[in-house]
Amino acid sequence: MSSFADQLLVLVMLINLIMLGTSRLMFSIRAVAVQGVILGVLPGLIHPFSGHLAGITAGIILAKGVAIPYFIGGAVRKAQIRREVEPFVGYVPTLLLGAIFTALAFVFAERLPLAPEHKDLLFVPASIATLLCGFLILTTRRKAISQVIGYLVMENGIFVFGLLLTEAMPVMVEAGALLDLLVGIFVMGIVINHISREFSSIDTSRLRALKEE
Amino acid sequence: MLYALVLLPLVGALCAWIVPDNRLRPITLPAVATVHLALTALLLVNTPPPSPGGWIWLDPLGKVVLLCISLLFTVCAFYAVGYLSYRQERSNRVLCMGLLVCLSAMGLVTMTQHLGLLWVALETTTVSMAPLIYFNRNARSIEATWKYLLLCSVGIGLALLGLLFLAYSTYVAHRDATLLLGPLMLSARELNPGWLHAAAIFLLVGYGSKMGLAPLHAWKPDAYGEAPGLVGALLAGGLVNCAFLSILRVYQICLASGSELAFFQDALVGMGLISMAFAAVFMAHQADFKRMLAYSSVEHVGILAIGLGLGKGALYGALFHLLNNGLTKGVLFLSSGNIHRSYGNKTTDVVKGALTRLPWSGGLFLAGFIAITGSPPFSPFISEYTIVSSAFIEGRHPVGWLFLLFLVIVFIGMALTVLPMVMGAPPADLEPSAYEDRLLTVGPPLFMMAIILWLGIWPPAFLVSLLTEGAAMLGVQP
Repeated sequence: MSSFADQLLVLVMLINLIMLGTSRLMFSIRAVAVQGVILGVLPGLIHPFSGHLAGITAGIILAKGVAIPYFIGGAVRKAQIRREVEPFVGYVPTLLLGAIFTALAFVFAERLPLAPEHKDLLFVPASIATLLCGFLILTTRRKAISQVIGYLVMENGIFVFGLLLTEAMPVMVEAGALLDLLVGIFVMGIVINHISREFSSIDTSRLRALKEE
Repeated sequence: MLYALVLLPLVGALCAWIVPDNRLRPITLPAVATVHLALTALLLVNTPPPSPGGWIWLDPLGKVVLLCISLLFTVCAFYAVGYLSYRQERSNRVLCMGLLVCLSAMGLVTMTQHLGLLWVALETTTVSMAPLIYFNRNARSIEATWKYLLLCSVGIGLALLGLLFLAYSTYVAHRDATLLLGPLMLSARELNPGWLHAAAIFLLVGYGSKMGLAPLHAWKPDAYGEAPGLVGALLAGGLVNCAFLSILRVYQICLASGSELAFFQDALVGMGLISMAFAAVFMAHQADFKRMLAYSSVEHVGILAIGLGLGKGALYGALFHLLNNGLTKGVLFLSSGNIHRSYGNKTTDVVKGALTRLPWSGGLFLAGFIAITGSPPFSPFISEYTIVSSAFIEGRHPVGWLFLLFLVIVFIGMALTVLPMVMGAPPADLEPSAYEDRLLTVGPPLFMMAIILWLGIWPPAFLVSLLTEGAAMLGVQP
């Protein structure tokens, strides 16, 4: 089963690159939802079945695959924005950077002192690559929604690493972390609505009134 | 009884949600806060033993933070009733609920021994504070909210990665991953050093950005500047202390591991000095007095980090300063909120002669300024003096001298803003305002100022022993 898990992780990394290359926001949101669903399926493939595991799978899929895309999608519809225009850094350069980061993640993961049973899995490189791609989206895009998507991709990267430890993490903590993420995204969605109402745009480069003179 | 401390504010939040009347609703705040303070006092005297699984235990470090939070919240709660009576133009439902949910999460932060649960509670405080920064509903406050929410969420996300690294280091060491503080400290010497090192870095960066240590403080001036005074007080005295407690927990693990401590201490001293330097530079010519308070908060988290980084005698000072800074920031933010209300402006171009226009609030602001810059007889003087004298005793002369230099620059910079604000005559063309100093808006900060004076002149014995116990937890290797 672990080879299937590896294939899914390759898919996760491909989705990162797709998101770096696209300007369509709804498409990015769907891509991040697919990533979330994959994250939900993965623990079932590497750990033996248990009630705890089933709960985590259901929780991750519901939160990352359904609820969060729904919140952000709602914000996109209300703000009536379809595309990310003029990111701070263009699509091709960020795509190239994303590819370089992914390669570096593999090199870096080779050197880490992993437990022997995790050595041959792609979890750690996929986690680092996803984290870095999330950062890239977060820092190079202008639209508030793109920044939230970047944050989500980053969180997905962290979760991929957490999957190695699924059995060790108590349910309460995992549920709490997911709930916090959910509420956080919900609040961000509300804030985006207010930004679009206040500025008639969700371009965060307009948020520049507050600075030192 | 510990659980009551978490559940009570949640029940209060529910009540605040149900109460339909905008004038009556804020009363839930002091009602909950008074019971909370009473519970806290009971728990400090009569501490329950650790829970069976070891998840919940109010240890001396947690007690210090809980005392500060509960006291500050109670004062802010009474102030809120007075303050919100001037802000009847908008609904305060979200504000009241957010404050109470945040109080509940802060309580959980102080009493949990499980680092995962600590993380969840800390993230809850971040999210529940976000709508409160946006209370004023204008373009500037939405910008501040956005920066706060995004930067803190990303920072806390990095801390989660640090936690996972920490759990993984236990997994590599003995195949039984845990995030409970007790077992972690017992097995800290066997943990994989590489993963532990990575964990310490990520946790410091993550919790450091939540605490507002430079260079991770970018959100702080904006959020503190745009939030209402009472929210600013709880951000600077409550959330900062919760984040500092999280760093203390990481410090405890580094201490137990032995090998990691030196690096962590050096990093703390370095970030602390950078924070003080940033504050010193940006404090000068700061026309917006709420932003000035934010930089003062950056300075004081720097002092806390330096105190922790120096270790030994400075630990007592750092813990004492946690309390002093929290309470003094409370006085400053609450009185600055009053001044802001009265002048309808928060820049020194308009705000002049506050002592004439608002004798009480202006006086409190001036007294708070004198206290926060470390002048006797107020208690921040004692804690800062403890830290700096310990630096010299330990032979860390460069750190000690830089610390003093930054304190002097900050004092001058802050005085250049504060003195013109409170002295002189108010501008003649200023319209009279609906705000006037009343018992509920002046009494609470005045009460807090009295405590600061009391702690500075005659610190009570129970507090001294509590702080000594806490410092011992951080100073002796188990």
